[in-house]
Amino acid sequence: MGTVAIASVPVRRVTSQRFAPFLLVAPLACYMVAFYLLPLASMLLRSVADPSWTLENYRRLAGDAVFLEVFWTTLRTALVVTLGALALGYPVALALSRLRRGAATFVLIIVLLPFWTSVLVRSYAWMVLLGRRGLVNETLIASGLIDAPLKLLNTPFAVHIAMIHILLPYMILPIASVLRQIDGALLRAAAGLGAPPWRVFLQVVLPLSIPGVAAGALLVFVLSLGFYITPALVGGPRDLMLSMLIAQQVDLLNWPYAACLSVALLATTLLLILVFQRLPGVRDVLRTATQ
Amino acid sequence: MDGTALLATGQTAAFQGASVVLSGIEKRFDNVGAVRGVSLDIRSGEFLTLLGPSGSGKTTTLMLIAGFEAPTAGDIAIDGRSVVALPPHKRNIGMVFQNYALFPHLTVADNIGFPLKQRGIDRATRARLVAESLELVRLPGYQARYPRQLSGGQQQRVALARSIVFHPRLLLMDEPLGALDKQLRESLQLEMRRLHADLGITFVYVTHDQEEALTMSDRVAVMHEGLIAQVGTPEDLYDRPCDRFVASFIGESNFLPGVVRGGENGMVVADCGGSMLRATAQTRMPPGEAVTLAMRPERIRFAEPQRDLGGQNRVMATIVETVFAGERCRYLCQCEGGISIVLKEPSSATIRRRVAGERVELAWSVADTVIV
Repeated sequence: MGTVAIASVPVRRVTSQRFAPFLLVAPLACYMVAFYLLPLASMLLRSVADPSWTLENYRRLAGDAVFLEVFWTTLRTALVVTLGALALGYPVALALSRLRRGAATFVLIIVLLPFWTSVLVRSYAWMVLLGRRGLVNETLIASGLIDAPLKLLNTPFAVHIAMIHILLPYMILPIASVLRQIDGALLRAAAGLGAPPWRVFLQVVLPLSIPGVAAGALLVFVLSLGFYITPALVGGPRDLMLSMLIAQQVDLLNWPYAACLSVALLATTLLLILVFQRLPGVRDVLRTATQ
Repeated sequence: MDGTALLATGQTAAFQGASVVLSGIEKRFDNVGAVRGVSLDIRSGEFLTLLGPSGSGKTTTLMLIAGFEAPTAGDIAIDGRSVVALPPHKRNIGMVFQNYALFPHLTVADNIGFPLKQRGIDRATRARLVAESLELVRLPGYQARYPRQLSGGQQQRVALARSIVFHPRLLLMDEPLGALDKQLRESLQLEMRRLHADLGITFVYVTHDQEEALTMSDRVAVMHEGLIAQVGTPEDLYDRPCDRFVASFIGESNFLPGVVRGGENGMVVADCGGSMLRATAQTRMPPGEAVTLAMRPERIRFAEPQRDLGGQNRVMATIVETVFAGERCRYLCQCEGGISIVLKEPSSATIRRRVAGERVELAWSVADTVIV
């Protein structure tokens, strides 16, 4: 029946209706092509065709000790930040999913509050807190716990702390969204079948929240890979991240090398997204978490 | 009791059902009484149904027995021991939920094995018991499937298997068939009856479907606004409803308002809109008291004018409306004096179908007339 009805609709109307959504997207698409896709293509091109067609830049990259160290620092930082955000964010997400509506909204606002301040301001705030004469050191000295100020600022530790703080919401929100969707009947069923609360958590809640954890971890990890301002402000000279190296090379007008580094960063990011998207359930979480 | 020792015998029928005593339990949510003083003796091994419309407190009562809610007042004793202070995971009660509540990340075998794992039963014994319980619910060989790969009926069977695999002595069921279509529901009703007979454990079943309650239960407790309106066998409830709510919630009833004019020997004579009707009554009622008479539409007949067998109420009426409903024909009749009576007659090729406007005499037994 349905096919007959569809076939009887004039073909021209069907095609015009099919293309209507594309027309709506067209302005943004043109914008993206002009200001994003074309520069990106030009960058790709530059990495292999400056001054002449060559893969020399990439070959150099693979054997470049500076690049390899920076790449490793970047991955390590992203990993530490992801794990730190997970450790701090999961309990908050769990609380968020268990609270009553009013209290949950309140906690959610607190979680989202940092979003309304720029990354730059928050990074400066960490400089104030962690400096030699910063709030943390002053408090520790005043309380008599230490005699001389600790070196907190311009260390990997400072980078991790500040980045975890900035990226926490990206971990909390997808996990909370998944936890909230777990049917309460499952938890009651588990308890009724003889599982004490900690086993209900380990055997039911935790496994069911894995898609949220994967989605949150992906977001935090990918965002960490491209972090620039925060490590530049609170990190030390030895904690060079990939984005900082790229900026350095651009300053030196070493365009082909900078383009190469950018492609390496982009490729790593895309690879991660592709791998994580294939995990069951992650795609749905990413979709709902961004809404 | 040690779970392993219990399970090792492998003889399901050897287990006796638990008895449950509810004493004046109350449950208030934000000061609104969901359950307002329920007392009920559930006997060992019986199939008891809590029947009521939504919001009557039947599910809350079940949740209180299971321990998912704590009563605001009153006591719950299982086998004579108060369980109010016991968390749900220590009550050893089987439970089947309306939407099955199967763990989506676990296979059928792991779902059914879940309660066994909590009781520290080894892998081999678990596999054996899971296979046994799948046999019991007629789904052998489904161990490796995931819940999402099963139909609603199959999921319900797995949930059932999971709730009995650890041999609880009490099984609670919260509208377990609510999400299934009619035919599947009827076949599963019969299976649950069979299972109840085989296992010999106590079933407490919650439903809003009166037909389901009547078909399956040994006894039914009808709940209304957080209280138990009446407890009894299906026959008790159908033939002798204690009040108007029960009479209208279970099956269909005609209600005739009247005034008592006299009576003797468990019988009352009432004036219902000019017709003197007799009804059975447990208590004596003084003349002049307002009463409501109730009788079932299918117990009223079209009388043959010559035959009066005695012990009957008879009134003259006019047919207003005729509805053919397959197995039955339903007539709406208007009596002299303004009262209307609904009558249901089995449909048959040999019974003449009446038409609207026809003058008829209605007759029904005094024994089928109750005061509500």
